[in-house]
Formats: sequence, C-alpha cells, structure tokens
Amino acid sequence: MINNGQLIRVIVLCAMVFGLIAPIVLGLWQTVKAAFGFMPALGLLEWSTEPWQKLQNLSGFSTSLRLTLTTGFGATLVSFLLATGVCTTLQAYLRPSIVARILTPFLATPHAAIAVGLTFVLAPSGWIARMLSGPLGWENPPDLSTVNDSWGLALMLGLIVKEVPFLLFLILSALSQISITNQMATARSLGYTPSHIWIKVIMPQVWPLIRLPFWVVLAYSLSVVDMAIILGPSNPPTLAVAVTRWFSSHELSMLAPASAGALLQAMIVLLSLVFVYLCELLIRHSGVWWLRKGSRGTSINLGIWITTVCTIGLMILASLTLLSLFIWSLTWRWSFPRLIPESWSLRAWTNSFDSWGVALGNTLALASATTLISLIITIAWLETEDSANTTRSSWINSLIYLPLLVPQITFLYGLNVVFLSINFSASYIAVIWAQTLFVFPYMMIALSDPWRAMDPRFTKVGAALGAGPWKRLISIKLHVLLRPILTAISIGVAVSVAQYLPTLFIGAGRINTLTTEAVTLSSGSDRRITAVYASLQAALPFIIYLVAFLLPAVLHRNRRDLIGVFQK
Amino acid sequence: MSLYLKDISIRSRAGLSLFAPLSLKIPSGKVFTVVGPSGIGKSTLLDAIGGHLKNGFHLTGSVVLNGRNLTNLPPESRRIGVMFQDEMLFPHLSVGDNLAFGLPATMRGKEIRRAAVDSALDQSGLSKLYDRDPATLSGGQRSRAALMRTILAEPHALLLDEPFSKLDNTLRNEISCFVLAFTKSNAIPTLMVTHKSDDAAATGGTMLELKLN
Repeated sequence: MINNGQLIRVIVLCAMVFGLIAPIVLGLWQTVKAAFGFMPALGLLEWSTEPWQKLQNLSGFSTSLRLTLTTGFGATLVSFLLATGVCTTLQAYLRPSIVARILTPFLATPHAAIAVGLTFVLAPSGWIARMLSGPLGWENPPDLSTVNDSWGLALMLGLIVKEVPFLLFLILSALSQISITNQMATARSLGYTPSHIWIKVIMPQVWPLIRLPFWVVLAYSLSVVDMAIILGPSNPPTLAVAVTRWFSSHELSMLAPASAGALLQAMIVLLSLVFVYLCELLIRHSGVWWLRKGSRGTSINLGIWITTVCTIGLMILASLTLLSLFIWSLTWRWSFPRLIPESWSLRAWTNSFDSWGVALGNTLALASATTLISLIITIAWLETEDSANTTRSSWINSLIYLPLLVPQITFLYGLNVVFLSINFSASYIAVIWAQTLFVFPYMMIALSDPWRAMDPRFTKVGAALGAGPWKRLISIKLHVLLRPILTAISIGVAVSVAQYLPTLFIGAGRINTLTTEAVTLSSGSDRRITAVYASLQAALPFIIYLVAFLLPAVLHRNRRDLIGVFQK
Repeated sequence: MSLYLKDISIRSRAGLSLFAPLSLKIPSGKVFTVVGPSGIGKSTLLDAIGGHLKNGFHLTGSVVLNGRNLTNLPPESRRIGVMFQDEMLFPHLSVGDNLAFGLPATMRGKEIRRAAVDSALDQSGLSKLYDRDPATLSGGQRSRAALMRTILAEPHALLLDEPFSKLDNTLRNEISCFVLAFTKSNAIPTLMVTHKSDDAAATGGTMLELKLN
C-alpha cells in the first residue's frame, strides 16, 4: 500500500536522483569522453589517449600541477591547525553564539570579494605597503609581486582567510555535542595540559563530526577557480584556472586536453581525499600508542598561543580587506603613500550604474530562485524523514556532499555540452539548476541538525490534538524552527551569490552576475569600479544574514523559549 | 466506552520484544498505571497506542477505543490525548493560542472559539493569561494550560507519560486531582506510565507492572 508519506518519499528521491546526481554524472561522462578524444560535435569519433599527451606537453603543465597541490594542501593544513588551535582559546572565553556572530561576516562574504579586497590590501601599492611607507621612507610602491606571486602564497592566504572561520564554525558546532567542560576538568585533574587534552581527548571525538566538511574544504582548495584567478599566479596558474582558460579558449583543439585536465583535477581531489583518509587511519593507530605512554605535556601551551595570535592577525586582515572594498568604491583620488584617499566620490557607483544594476538584478534573481527551490526540497526531504519516522542512512548523507566534493570544473563544462545539445544552455533556468547543485547541499547540511534537534514531542502533541501532517508542519515546525530556517536561507543566498563557474559555463558567459563581473574586472581594471562590484557582492549576503538574525528576534520578542533555545 | 489493548507487543529493529505481551482493558473514567524500570519501553508503549511509533519498531496486537480499531490510523485521527512530563506548550504561540490549537476545527466562528478558550482559562485558574508567553508561566500554570489544551481537543482517551515527575508534592496532588476530575467527569479511560511509585500513588488507580519478555 502506498500512503502519502511513501509517495512524497518517492518524489523526493526522484528529485534527488534526476535533479542532483544526474547532472553530475552526465557532465562527468561528457568530460570523460572528451578527455579520451571522443567528440562527435567536432567529428572526432575515435577513442584515444592523445589529449593526455597534449595536456602533458602544454607549457607550464607540471608547474600548474605543483601549484595546485601546494596551495590546496598548504591552505587546508594551515587553516586546520589555526582553527583547532584557536578553538581551545575561544571555547574557554567566549560563548559559541558570540563566536558565531563574529564569524558571520567572514563566512558570508564570497571568496571573490575577499580576494579582491586582499589585492587592495596586499598589493605593492596596497594598504600594508602604505602603512610601511612612512617608517621605511618609501616614495613609490615597492617592486615586489605580493599578489599573483609565483609561489601561490597570496592565494593560500586568501583561502586561509576564508577557511579558518568556516572550520572554526564547524569545530565549535561539533564541540557543542560533546560535554567538553567535564572532560577537560577530568583530564586536567589527571595532570594533562590543555593542548594535550585537546589532541588526545577532544579532537578524536570532534574529527568524525567534521570529517566530511573538512574533505569539502580540501576539495575546494584544490580546485578553486575564482579566488585563484584573482590572487593566484597567472603564468602558469593552478591547474583549475588553466583548465578554465583552455575551455574558454577560441581554439576548439584545446577542448580535448582541457577535458583531460578537468578529469585530472577530479583524480587529484580523489587521491588527496584517499591520502587524507590514510593519514587518519595512521594517526588513529599510532595515536593510541602515543596516548598509552601517558605524557602530560608541558604547561607552556606555545601552539595554542601561536595559533591564537595568527588567527587574530588573520581576522584583522580580513576586516581590513572588507573595509578596503568600501573605501576604494568611494575613492576619487588616492595616490601612493597616503593612508586614506585624498578625495572621495560617488562617481564609481553612479557612472557604472547601468552595468552593476544588471549584474545585481541577475544576482538577486538567481539567488532568490535557487534558495527558494533548495529550501523547498530541503524541507520536503526533512519532513519526509519525519513522517516516515526514519533517520537518514549515512550513504545518502554522503551523497548530499557529492556536489561539494567533485570539482566544479570536472563536470560543469560537460554539463553545458549536454545542455547545449538540448538547446538549454545560457538560459536562466539552466543557471538556476546548476547553482542549485551547490546551494542545496549547504542548505540541507545547515538545516538537518536543528530540524532533528527539535523535540519530537511537539509534533506528537500536535497530532494528539488532531493536527494532520500539513498543519503540524506549517503551524508548529516552521515556526519553532524559524531561526535555523532563516540561517539556512542566508547560507543559500551567500552560496548562490558566490557561484562563479556554474554561472560562467552554464550561462555561456551571457549571464553577468556580481561575481562573474568582479572576477573579470579584477584583472587590471579600474580599482574603483572593481570595488563597487566586490562591495555589492560582500554586502548582499551580509544584509541577508542580518535580516535572518534580526527577524526572529523581532517576531519572537515575547517568546523567551524560542529566543533562548535556538540561539546557537 | 473503554480503551482495549489486545495482545500488544512491540519488537525493535533487532527483532527483540520489548516486554511480555500485554492485554488490558481500561474502563471509562478509570486510570491504569503501568510501572516498570527505565528502558523497558514504557514510552514506546504509549507511542504505539498514540500512533507515534518510530520506524524500526513493529507493533503486533491491536488498540481498540470504544469499539473502534485504531491500530492502522494516523495519530491525528485517533482522538487520544497525550501529556508528557514537560508540558510541551508550543513556544511560538501565546498561552491562549496554545489552547485554541486544541479546539476542534468544527467549532466555527472567531468569537465562539475565543469564548471557549477564555472559559477554559478561567476554569483552570489562568484567567487573563491569553496573551502570555508560555515560557513565563509557573510550573503549575504550565501543567494546567497543557492539560486544558488536551481537554479542549475532546479526546476519547488519555495517555500520561510520567506527567508529574517534575512537580513537587503539593503541585503533584493538585494537578493529579485536576486530571482525575476531568477523566471521571468525561468518562475517559486513562493510561499512565511512570517509574516513580509516587506518581502511581497520586492517581490511586489500578497498577500493573511491565515485565521483560
């Protein structure tokens, strides 16, 4: 017998398979075919490994490969060390809700906006050089390549600025599920120092909870495109940027090696994840051996101290970055050694209104559509689980992470080939679909825990009082869960606004958003105009976060339990 | 009028029965108390009767209320009220709107519904508290509001899941008298589960122990 619950279940599953998995698989398949020389559109109907030889012979290929690995692993590792280190300090002094509020602006800001801001701060003529020019007596910007450096250090810094808050946020929410105060007290009474307790007791419990998101961070760092275009080395760039360039090249002969590069990108990510997993196994085995030795650690917690100072420095840098965006957008004249502009003007805003207006409109339209669609799927899914009284199996949980783990470059171009063949490319609907692939998982991840944390007795009472499934959803759950739902919405908007490759590839370059424009303008255009786009890009998600924070406070101002309980 | 549990047994996902098969008939207006150690499945028993059983648990036997077999009905169609040890007043609704949530939809008209809620508030000593945030009520007030909400839904049976265990002695007596008076006057069969003998004593009904299989 098929009841209502089972029917919805089937629909949700179909939406998942056709809407989320199918595009990735189809896109990936196109990439695989092209990577082995099979491109019917170009009349190539034979499988070959020639694209791979061509890829290997492309100039700068091996450097690109090296850069991808060093920046990806470097940024992730440093971010992880900083985040775990600073967590020990933070959780002792600040409530998680306050930390979340401090982190929010940095979490909400798209990568590209941070990257543009960093170029303003780090560049030879940037803020830091201006600050140093006084004491060092510089008249002209120093002759150093501080951004787009050939080592990828600026790119790593950019990634670290974005990833430390994200990892910190993850670790802190994982910590809220562990009775950390008691364990800390117990272990300290046994003579262990905080840093050793952190490594031996706390982290082994935290890691399983943050493993998947950590993989997402690593996969992202290895395959990031927008930030790497703005901050990374340009000749040769990282592999993902190089592949993007080859795909966008006018020479059709580049498509095959580009596809091979895209596939290589996926293999790099896959092997990296396997490598990290092997490291985890190794640490788990050798860690026990270390733990059994019973060393207590020295009471000087140098590691904690260093990471805390570094993270504070990073947050100051990030704040300067955001500030510099707004200042540059309002600047008229700002010659080198001066710390603040000589003359201010709104001209950058007014003169470019026609183009940023269109980009803003597109960004808003795409963000609203993708967030709304993702929210409906998310709630339908979670509600289905509730009505079937079942919990999610872990393999489905991992499947939700799939779009975040597979590099965008690997399947998006292939997906566009599929869309082109059915005349669907460059349409708003296609771009909305492509963005939803990335917006939905984040919203699902954000809403799942609070949804399940809601006391099931509320809905039992509702049902016992005669309320059917719809009434229970609409008049109980959606109200009690208003705050996490709004948080999920703001995350959805932030993710949508930040999308670069899906908009570029699936929109065939014809749909301009704040992000695509900011990335294009960042290479050598007027800083003031670039700053306008990046400011808007940073402001939009931030405003939504602010609304998501204030709205429940206003609506539930007389409802103490709702303000207290869900203020994580 | 009676609540009849016929050969109830509940198997977990692992296939184990939670407790020995249970048959009992609660006449209208009577309170039966099921006691048993924590973890034996008392709350699960109530879930099964109320229709809230979690996936993975399997119920055999049947739940019959006033001659109607409820076993395959969704919870909202069973007309069985539940009360938990926490009052579970909806945190987003005012006290009055919580009560209004319980009123049957068949009662129509804004004024009529409002009057019904106001009179229920008066009866339970909560006059003039319609617009209050439930979080600001005292423990006793919350219990009475939750009970009133349940009563307004006109249940044909009542399930109590350790309803008094958070209350102090005075309150426990007050609230249990309140419940008993209601179940008597409306001739409603009531099933209570608890692991505290105090709770059982407070209602004074028939007691029966849930045993391991």
